[in-house]
Amino acid sequence: MTLSKIIDGYGASLLRNVGIHLGFVLISVAAGFLLGLVFGILLSRIPKYSKIILPVLSVFNTIPGIVFIGILFLYLGMISLTVVIALSIYAMFPVLKNTFVGLTNVEPQYIEAAKGCGMSPVQALFKVELPLALPTVIGGLRMATIYTVSWAVLAAMIGLGGLGEFIYQGISINENSLILLGAVPAAIVAIILGLLIDRLQKLVTPRGVRKGAKQR
Amino acid sequence: MSWNILWEHLLLVVAAVACSVVVGLPLGVLAYFYPKLKKLILFVTDVLQTIPSLALLGMIMILIGAGKATVIIGLTLYSLLPVVRNTELGLEEVDPGIKEAARGMGMGRMYRLVRVELPIAFPIVFTGVRIALVNAIGTAVFAASVGGGGLGSIIYRGIRVMNMKLILSGTLSLMAMAVTFDTLMGLIEKRLGRKRRKIKPEQEIERKPTERMKKGYQS
Repeated sequence: MTLSKIIDGYGASLLRNVGIHLGFVLISVAAGFLLGLVFGILLSRIPKYSKIILPVLSVFNTIPGIVFIGILFLYLGMISLTVVIALSIYAMFPVLKNTFVGLTNVEPQYIEAAKGCGMSPVQALFKVELPLALPTVIGGLRMATIYTVSWAVLAAMIGLGGLGEFIYQGISINENSLILLGAVPAAIVAIILGLLIDRLQKLVTPRGVRKGAKQR
Repeated sequence: MSWNILWEHLLLVVAAVACSVVVGLPLGVLAYFYPKLKKLILFVTDVLQTIPSLALLGMIMILIGAGKATVIIGLTLYSLLPVVRNTELGLEEVDPGIKEAARGMGMGRMYRLVRVELPIAFPIVFTGVRIALVNAIGTAVFAASVGGGGLGSIIYRGIRVMNMKLILSGTLSLMAMAVTFDTLMGLIEKRLGRKRRKIKPEQEIERKPTERMKKGYQS
């Protein structure tokens, strides 16, 4: 197949599938990010249990995304919600872990200082701890996004479209250009999202911390 | 489910991680020697890891066909980042005083690298290998879709025939494998750190970067 033939034959469905893929990723990452952030903050309020919680989290992190999709598929069937819920749960873990680690790594002196300024614990959390932890949290967001782009390919496995559709079709009928048609855009989407989040991470790093990092 | 599939999965992962050490260690050293190359090497390995697994495997499959080799190459490319990054970081974190002393004794660059810097950086490199291995165990699930076998094939079959038992047995053995390796290698890692501490008690504070680096990588 030549390039022009591919564009003639698949141009529209390529656009549609990129859209579906991005939709799955953005919705699930947004949901997973919110969940992870909230749970991470809650868990960081009980740091005593971190020795139990952190290993449990990393165990859950080892579950491949396909399992979430597979199990939910059995219960919910072939609907988009299956993919969104599965990917959200999957995206939640890195964010949760990084939020927790970022918050517990804030040096106590800053929290002490916030207290000394008369901040309530909630104020200290939102004005001091979270801003300091934000770069780490965004690091979690990056992992979550990249993994989600990767696992969203599996949406096609249960017949829900996305860029995986081309890859699976290509593999099963042994048509290389179809595989590339799915794989290359998927790779580009992942790389662009990764670069965007890197930029975001630099933006949200508090200025004081940035300087400190340079001096070190 | 048989032991064969577990074994197959493990073999794919170990072969890939071994390859990535063989390729990644020299790359890490190169990045350490030439700061100009460092950015490029780290960027390329980072991009490689960003590409969705199935997409990467699909592209490799086009080049060399379906099979185990495809999976091993794909997983190798995936595992490069932690190995390269930790090698480079570990070498950079070696106490400048020690590097200076080695140079003062008249050691050449390669001699210094092999006899002084690499041994001191080893625990951090090991951490990188551990991260690579645990990640690869999970990623190897994709092997099933390009004809590589492994635990992924059980999970895929479970989903296709809607058999919860199959899915769970595949997943649980996968998790068990990841946790076992993580714990075992974590223990070795701790021992490596302790041994070093015994030799140089005054370096105890200096050992901290290992922890920091692990977090640095994960974040």
